[in-house]
Amino acid sequence: MSAVAGEVAGGPPGEPRHGVRIFAIWAVVTAILVPVMIWLVGPHLPPSDSTSTASRDQHEINVLLTALGTPVLLMVWVYFGYAAAVFRQRGPEVVDGPPIEGNPQIQITWLVVTTTLVLGLAVLGTVDLFGEAGTGGGEGPAPIAKPADASSAMQIQVIGQQWLWTFRYPGYGGIETPYLYLPVNREVVFHVTSLDVDHSFWAYELGVKADAIPGNDNVAYVKPSQVRTFQIRCAELCGLWHGHMTSIGRVVSQSDFTSWITQQQNKLAGVTKQLPPYSLIYYPAPIRRSG
Amino acid sequence: MSVIEGTSTTPTTVEQPSWRRQLLGFSVIWAIVGAAIGYAVFHWIGTKIAKGNLAQTTSDQDDVAVLLGLLGATIGWLIGLGFLNYPVSRMLGRPPSLYERQEHGVWRYFRLCTDHKVVAMQYFVGVLFFFFVGGMNAMLIRGELTSTHGSFIPAGNYLTLVSLHGTMMLMMMSAGVIGPLGNWLVPIMIGARRMAFPRIEALTLWLTVLAGFVLLGAIFLGGFPTGWTGYAPLSDQARAGMDCYLVSFALIGIALALVGLNLLVTVMTLRAPGMHWNRLPIFVWSMVTTSILAVLAAPVLFAVLFMAMLDRTVDTSFFLASGGGSPFLWDNLFWFFGHPEVYILALPGFGIVLEILPVFARKPLWGYRLAVAGMFGVALLSFMVWQHHLFVSGINANLRPFYMFTTELISIPTGIIFLIGMGTLWRARIRYTVPMLFSLAFFFNFLIGGLSGVYLSDVPSDVTTHGSYFVMAHFHYTIMGGLVFALMGGLYYWLPKMTGVKLNERLAKIHFWGMFVFFNLTFAPLFAAGLLGMPRRVSSYNASLHNLNVFVSIAAFCLGTSMLVFLINLVWSFLVRRTPAEPNPWLSKSLEWQLPTPVPVYNFERIPVITSAPYGYGVPDAPPVADFGPPGIAPARPAIAPEGGTA
Repeated sequence: MSAVAGEVAGGPPGEPRHGVRIFAIWAVVTAILVPVMIWLVGPHLPPSDSTSTASRDQHEINVLLTALGTPVLLMVWVYFGYAAAVFRQRGPEVVDGPPIEGNPQIQITWLVVTTTLVLGLAVLGTVDLFGEAGTGGGEGPAPIAKPADASSAMQIQVIGQQWLWTFRYPGYGGIETPYLYLPVNREVVFHVTSLDVDHSFWAYELGVKADAIPGNDNVAYVKPSQVRTFQIRCAELCGLWHGHMTSIGRVVSQSDFTSWITQQQNKLAGVTKQLPPYSLIYYPAPIRRSG
Repeated sequence: MSVIEGTSTTPTTVEQPSWRRQLLGFSVIWAIVGAAIGYAVFHWIGTKIAKGNLAQTTSDQDDVAVLLGLLGATIGWLIGLGFLNYPVSRMLGRPPSLYERQEHGVWRYFRLCTDHKVVAMQYFVGVLFFFFVGGMNAMLIRGELTSTHGSFIPAGNYLTLVSLHGTMMLMMMSAGVIGPLGNWLVPIMIGARRMAFPRIEALTLWLTVLAGFVLLGAIFLGGFPTGWTGYAPLSDQARAGMDCYLVSFALIGIALALVGLNLLVTVMTLRAPGMHWNRLPIFVWSMVTTSILAVLAAPVLFAVLFMAMLDRTVDTSFFLASGGGSPFLWDNLFWFFGHPEVYILALPGFGIVLEILPVFARKPLWGYRLAVAGMFGVALLSFMVWQHHLFVSGINANLRPFYMFTTELISIPTGIIFLIGMGTLWRARIRYTVPMLFSLAFFFNFLIGGLSGVYLSDVPSDVTTHGSYFVMAHFHYTIMGGLVFALMGGLYYWLPKMTGVKLNERLAKIHFWGMFVFFNLTFAPLFAAGLLGMPRRVSSYNASLHNLNVFVSIAAFCLGTSMLVFLINLVWSFLVRRTPAEPNPWLSKSLEWQLPTPVPVYNFERIPVITSAPYGYGVPDAPPVADFGPPGIAPARPAIAPEGGTA
């Protein structure tokens, strides 16, 4: 903004100090709206700061981006609003403005400021991505960002098929159920794959999103920190009933989880024997022209 | 009338054919007949070829026959328009047909014509027609979404509607500026009489129009469920409507590459004397950068579509994991085209608003060279960001920081465009005409679109928003809020020159305010829908989002109505109250506004000598933009003019 003020210093006498005025308006509006965005809007930004590690990371960065984006948005809007109101020609006559063709100082300042912002954002995003176990996003078959307790994480395979999610628990005899139960406060590693077309596993409240691609094993880490239910959706167009490919998942206490999984193991024992052996990817025969 | 450049042996005028010739000669009627015959013949050949192939004949629709039929339809369409007349007569040693060079008459608009102004108007009508078809699809989609679990459209038809809307808009908007405005303005702005390759120019138009109809043909072949991205292997499952998507997008790919090539060669070779690169209007620069993207990106699209066609017909498995292929191959190749495509949609908007701003701010364009650098920066970076569409898809995780970085870098050259706009408005004398209102709204909307893009570029934040309505709101803010607003501004600005007819200003203002208010009321709430967890392209959604969606649907219907006002304005101004436009109603200093209205067939009586950049507002003793050369006297070498408009 100092650059705009510099422009004013070179302006003709008698002209109001537009740069100073714009800066003042921007400063006031920013001082009011940035706290509003952080403390009033921020807590409502998804996913949530308390449901899981991944959702907390995403929530924090969403609040941060909002806090950084608001002053930028306001600066441009205040400038355009001021220009639209003050630099207008009243009446029918057409008058030329001053023939200013550029100002290297302002241009360089602008480039420096935007470059700094952009580099800061990129560094921040990268640090977050690697420091925080991939923040719940699918990382492909060979994840590089892992949580500290990745080796003891509970493995759950998420299988997408038209138009249903099923879940295999390889640590529990490889049973396959349409229900997703997670023990609270335990690291979970999802292995997401698909049997037919592209899907995307989206556990909204947990902040997990990983595409289910046929022939690919997509790994995502999350550690739920609240006993609650969560929405499971498909976030990649997968055909006719894409919008209906939803389900409810449950985060339960460790003891509830143990009793549920034991019950499922017994109930599904017959089915489990018929299943293909657990594998990170499956190659069923392709379905063509199913409409 | 002067001779056509470079072909001095050609007769200078073409005789007006008789009305019988007009009616029976090669024209759009014969193009339709040709397309129908071509489709029937090639479809029949296709059924013969596919005979015995179980995968084709046991399905209800035979892709081999449909794809070959569409190829035949394309050939028949072009023959019916007379594209073969010239090469065939040359091959037979006969004098070349000059039919398409006919200079007068309404009939020119219904057939192959190589006058760049006629082609541009044909583009305008064609693109507008398909734009409204795509808009009607959007209205039906919003109607369906007034209920949480689908109201009046069956789920399969809903997906076809979504896919048609997306594909139609993407296809037609990539041709939406470069077609009508690019073809009309670029030759005139650089002081030329034509495009470098007039027949190729006409070819791109007729391919674009055919592509629109082929895409609509999908409705009769079972529709297609994939959206505009056509992801495999979903596309491999789809019925024969998918073939219409593949062929129509391929036609657009060919048209885009050719139109880009044509514009690049035109700007490189046909500039008038004195039109140095640093005097080129900023709109021409935006067309140059768009053309570079089109030439480099569209062939990749064609290749990937061809691979999908092979997967569907001769059972290759490029995209089938079970056959050794990979869906990622489609994703990567498609987005290698798809992301430059996004800037094929953005750069023309930059060019239009930066061309309009100086005229109504009555100031030179601020930072001309930086603006050009910004456009080239956008063009260059747009080839390095495509994997940000695949952040959570399970690509190599090591690559993601690189694509996050390049994606965020692109906001530097985009930010430059904002700086240029802000600098141009500094201490300006703004006149609030309709083109100026649209240009200012462009900056308002595009800023929201751009800043929401920052969330999507950041991988952790993208995990929240990827595949949700947030993305959908984001790209509607950039494409509709950006490009379509700029295009509307450009049309209100240049249509009086292009058609010689003045548009009704009161209706134009109603159109602008309706479109601006309801555009924002439609798409701003959709950011919230995305953040609240609504995935894209669904016809049923969580009950808690019902009120929000009903609100958006009502706003969308009002937005649709405001677009109707535009149509009413066109009908009113062209058919009901026809007021001739003045030659230069905006008092612009650009070259195109110094020509008489309507512009003569060969644009310039003599090739002008350009004496200054077109933005000399407020410059004391600014020279006229060009010396049009008094008749009979050879134009003198211009005195060295100040290098106006450079930063």
